[in-house]
Amino acid sequence: MQHTLIAKVENKPGVLNRIASLFRRRNFNIDSLNVGRTENPEISRMTIVLDHSDLEPDMVKNNLYKLVNVIDVQDVTNQPTVTRDLALIKVAANHEKRHEITNLASIFRANVIDVASDSIILEITGTVDKIESLMELLRPFGIIEMVTTGQVAMLRGKANGYHPNGHKEISSLERGI
Amino acid sequence: MYLTGAEVVMESLVREGVEVIFGYPGGANMPIYDAMMNYPIKHVLTRHEQGAAFAADGYARASGKVGVAMATSGPGATNLVTGITTAMMDSSPVVYITGQVASSLIGGDAFQETDVTGITLPITKHNYLVTSAAQLAETIREAFYIARSGRPGPVLIDICKDTQFEKVWFEYSEEEVVLPGYKPPLHATKQSLDAAVKLIQNAKRPVILAGHGVLMSGAMGELAEFAEKTQTPVALTLLGLGAFPAGHPYHLGMMGMHGTAHANFAIQNADLILAFGMRFDDRVTGTLHTYAARARKIHVDIDSSEFNKNVKVDLTLLGDLQTVLADLNPIVPKLQHPEWLEQIQAWKQESAQRDILYWEQNGKLHAAHVIHDFWKQSLGEKIVTTGVGQHQMWTAQYYVQEKPYRLITSGGAGSMGFGTPSALGAWFANPDKEVWTIEGDGSFQMSLNELATLKQENANVKILLINNGFLGMVRQWQEFFFDKRYAATPITGPDFVKLAQAYDVPSIAVNQRDQINGALEMAQRTYGPVLIEFQVEPEDCVYPMVPSGAALDEMLLRPIKVNA
Ligand SMILES: Cc1ncc(C[n+]2csc(CCOP(=O)(O)OP(=O)(O)O)c2C)c(N)n1
Ligand SMILES: [Mg+2]
Repeated sequence: MQHTLIAKVENKPGVLNRIASLFRRRNFNIDSLNVGRTENPEISRMTIVLDHSDLEPDMVKNNLYKLVNVIDVQDVTNQPTVTRDLALIKVAANHEKRHEITNLASIFRANVIDVASDSIILEITGTVDKIESLMELLRPFGIIEMVTTGQVAMLRGKANGYHPNGHKEISSLERGI
Repeated sequence: MYLTGAEVVMESLVREGVEVIFGYPGGANMPIYDAMMNYPIKHVLTRHEQGAAFAADGYARASGKVGVAMATSGPGATNLVTGITTAMMDSSPVVYITGQVASSLIGGDAFQETDVTGITLPITKHNYLVTSAAQLAETIREAFYIARSGRPGPVLIDICKDTQFEKVWFEYSEEEVVLPGYKPPLHATKQSLDAAVKLIQNAKRPVILAGHGVLMSGAMGELAEFAEKTQTPVALTLLGLGAFPAGHPYHLGMMGMHGTAHANFAIQNADLILAFGMRFDDRVTGTLHTYAARARKIHVDIDSSEFNKNVKVDLTLLGDLQTVLADLNPIVPKLQHPEWLEQIQAWKQESAQRDILYWEQNGKLHAAHVIHDFWKQSLGEKIVTTGVGQHQMWTAQYYVQEKPYRLITSGGAGSMGFGTPSALGAWFANPDKEVWTIEGDGSFQMSLNELATLKQENANVKILLINNGFLGMVRQWQEFFFDKRYAATPITGPDFVKLAQAYDVPSIAVNQRDQINGALEMAQRTYGPVLIEFQVEPEDCVYPMVPSGAALDEMLLRPIKVNA
């Protein structure tokens, strides 16, 4: 099962390295990791997707908390969120195939962002599933190259999940007795 | 006032209450050493940076304050690494200050440049590279706060050489450090406390596992109150020894690989485990799937990442142990477990029969006898540090701890070479006391260069050397699990008495049990470092032993001696 964690971290040099080093040292396998700016220039935001049946998201979360530069971590897996990934896909396309590919692209609301004599680059934004579906359809044409940014996630509604009291007090987890 | 970066370092250390620095100078920290001459902080020159790191750790553990070690860039800093990992594994509050090449040279493979923050990233609680003097004071303030608060641990500050020269306006805030992502927990939640009471109430065979956390949070009183109110026996981890008085009827002694048989039996037969400030290290659990299989488990810790890491538990209480127990004690009912205590008493009797202390005199000198006699002679009151190996386990078993903070040993890392330098550090924390280190011949040979430091400082440190001519603990494994093929474990040494003499350290060798007390008295009469070499049985074994891969109650027990 996939788990999505959102981490707010101090925007300081070396913080990404600390997080990557933690994952390596604890042998946490990460599916995707996206780092980007936020509304606050002192804070960066990471979206971490784990896909490991034997990896407890709580373990990852609690270890992230240990890093001094990590401000807040939320597991948003079971909360109403929007998640988006962005992919660039380069497909082999001579002028005969080009039309077919751009048709597919428009069904998926993907943009054509580069056209060469024998290839075409599409840009698509959406859930991982949507991107996967387009990929499946493009595969017979020959995918030359593809890259994704990794997922970003945000809670729906007004909630930002940011705990004003600090995370440490609320992370006490009571297990079923 | 305007100060150079180097002066900012020293001034900040003074503000943090630092009394002593253990260190070693070199090109990249010379400005700090130069500034040091003008400040009222004692510097102790060890003979290796590893010794400085161990000494700072020993100081921290003996004083409860933050220890400080210093080294130059490159090899100076990398020599600290074993010491840093030792402090990390045992949650010891130590701040390391290393010099770094000039900021303009970073990344260029300059002379003695090493990526020290990179190397120490996974073995520090936090670390810093400081390239501007304006950041120095605040960084040092943060570093001390992080090192000593929450779950304590090592923090390293790497300071560029040009930063040490740079002039800057100095101010040192007196306020509590506030870090957006760092808030050590204090109280456990009300729900978790209530849930704990329910489990405790329903238990028939409860056992407390008390770890280093009890000592670190100073929860000894609360622990005793809890144990007595709920009639719950207490087993201790190696680093927890001293957290609960050995003479108490509920004391089970050490648990785990070389723990007492009765502690391990109690754990395996318990229906409730109360883990207080311990982390279920593999040395205390045996195989995980057979571990305390019938027990519900409650884990109290200040570090949530320890929960369900090795052992899955039923309930977690996140908080400072002293606070949590103080919250818990008034709401737990008075309980009685007479049958359980009786059962434990029976196991205790069985353990006693097998104890080497009950062996008749056979003319041989056993390390356990040496340590037992030392314990008796010194009334168990000495501060004792150890190396790593059999002598360490025998110290844990036979230098019985009635009071807290007297046993200092490398638990999580098991770093040979820790004994003598940590004793030096512990002595600086207790300069009016005698500090003993119980060393192995292998371990001591990793740090015997520090004899010179002991002498230079005239430190009142006594070295009790258990010389068995072997890397004994490894030899024991070879005896049990490798058909007695003693690969690389026979170890020679110098003539230790002559060696000590060369350092002008009084010393004596002992090979008979009836000479032990005389030698101990000589050491106690002589102020300053003394070495006593005990030439003991070469092929003795530490019992009980839980072989790795076995369940905790599948111990190898010392054979009951019929006739010596
Ligand atoms: C730095 C380091 N290297 C290797 C080991 C592995 N090791 C653990 S115990 C031991 C033997 C220690 O010998 P000694 O100090 O003579 O103690 P003894 O077991 O004989 O009492 C060794 C080599 C270790 N713990 N630390
Ligand atoms: Mg030995």
